[in-house]
Amino acid sequence: MAPQTLIEIQELEKTFQTKNGAVHALKDINLQIQQGDIFGIIGMSGAGKSTLVRCMNLLERPTAGRVLFDGKDIAKLNDYQLRTVRRSMGMIFQQFNLLMQRTAESNICFPLEIAGVDKKTAKARARELLELVGLSDRAKSYPSQLSGGQKQRVAIARALAPNPKVLLCDEATSALDPTTTASILSLLKDINRRLGITIIIITHEMSVIEQICNRVAIIDKSHIAEVGSVEEIFFHPKTAAAQKLVYPDGRKSEPFSAQDADATCYRIVFDGNSSFEPVIADMVLEFKIPVNIIYADTKNIDGKAFGQIVIQVPQQESLRENMLRYLQRRGLTVEEVTGYVG
Amino acid sequence: MWDNATIQMLLVGIGESLYMTVFSALFGYVIGLPLGILLVISARDGIRPNASLYKVLDVIVNVTRSIPFLLLMVMLIPVTRAIVGTSLGPTAAIVSLTFSAAPFIARMVESSLMEVDKGVIEAAHSMGASDRQIILKVLLPEAVPSLINGATIAIATILGYSATAGFIGGGGLGAIAVNYGYYRYQTDIMLVTVLLLVVVVQIFQEIGMRSAGKSDKRKS
Repeated sequence: MAPQTLIEIQELEKTFQTKNGAVHALKDINLQIQQGDIFGIIGMSGAGKSTLVRCMNLLERPTAGRVLFDGKDIAKLNDYQLRTVRRSMGMIFQQFNLLMQRTAESNICFPLEIAGVDKKTAKARARELLELVGLSDRAKSYPSQLSGGQKQRVAIARALAPNPKVLLCDEATSALDPTTTASILSLLKDINRRLGITIIIITHEMSVIEQICNRVAIIDKSHIAEVGSVEEIFFHPKTAAAQKLVYPDGRKSEPFSAQDADATCYRIVFDGNSSFEPVIADMVLEFKIPVNIIYADTKNIDGKAFGQIVIQVPQQESLRENMLRYLQRRGLTVEEVTGYVG
Repeated sequence: MWDNATIQMLLVGIGESLYMTVFSALFGYVIGLPLGILLVISARDGIRPNASLYKVLDVIVNVTRSIPFLLLMVMLIPVTRAIVGTSLGPTAAIVSLTFSAAPFIARMVESSLMEVDKGVIEAAHSMGASDRQIILKVLLPEAVPSLINGATIAIATILGYSATAGFIGGGGLGAIAVNYGYYRYQTDIMLVTVLLLVVVVQIFQEIGMRSAGKSDKRKS
């Protein structure tokens, strides 16, 4: 079944009027988000990403352009219709935004109360969701008695309560420590897989995109600089903005030279076709000749290996050739480099 | 001085003071609470910004708050007569106390509601809440501890005003203090009434602070 477009943004523009004149927060934004995507939107602070996600549920009104949700232009809806559509778009926030005077369970019931669901049904649903996010024992706790990660879990459960089609996450992990971030991200991934809910993630951290997104848009100075699969952007970042995010320390900042000026090196590129087999170790065992790893930078994206390793290979030509063939047989891209690798 | 008649008089005085305070506060909230809510939602960063409505309410509240209570009472004598039929006695005092308390209460309510986190309101919007639902289910419940604190201050203030009302025939402990302590130089009776007023304020204060603390779920 071909994936269906859930959210489509066409020629979107958002301008804020301030005392110092007009500020263009967003310009020429075109995006398509498919059903089932975990779509990342990444950019530096001030790039306009939070405004973009708020345009998707009209918390911000776009100045121009269209936002289609399930094929409908949501800017054309009246107040009542918009409120109904918003119930199929859950949202979570950096600061959690829970109601402080309500318990965890009652917070999850809140969107259901708004939708007019009766108390008993709402409570049963809240219990079910607390279980899903692993907080069954904290139903009667107030937000002030919960940790940051627990608060975000309650917020996720609350956003899921009305059975939304999409979950908008605005810097949802930015206020959390790395361990908690990882657990929240895996919860989101789980929700995406099990419930089939499309997830849109706004972040300034590349690691968040790496961990769970399948598609990503890079937003830079109010424009979309690049859109594509996470693999594409990671391996062939075309624009300067993308390169800056993928290689935050500068791409060629670490020139290296092999001990021998005329030493031959191979650059092995992992581009996702190979999983984490111990390729280099296998090769060393096969040829019984050690190789020197000069440089390595690999990442695990969605269970596949991406990145590159540079090894210094023996001078003996026939052996070198055999190693090259061995690596190519394993489905890796190998190229010969001398002296310098960037 | 501690004859039955004096004690009887003081008891009636306390009763009248409480009667004036409680009803004035009640009517003050009937007017002031909606006014405060309107101020918050029509403000520039409110949920229904409306610059002209905000300006009008803002001016009304500021002007009425600026009029000293004693003068407001005098000015309102015709209105009071029209409503209660007389300008004397505790019931008559309730009219001017209400008029004086309402704008004050509106400001207290406004500042309590402004304390509610904007992010929570945004979250409610994102869930498809209507303005009415945001007011009734987010703004007011989230502000409860602060609203109770405000009510405590409002009641103490109204009690103070009710004593002033005693000067022009309002009744209550204030009238006793004025009639005995000021006109007849009976300092002891005046001191007792002052003491009683202090005790009443303390009791209200204590009840208010305890219930505000109890209702506040923000502290773990």
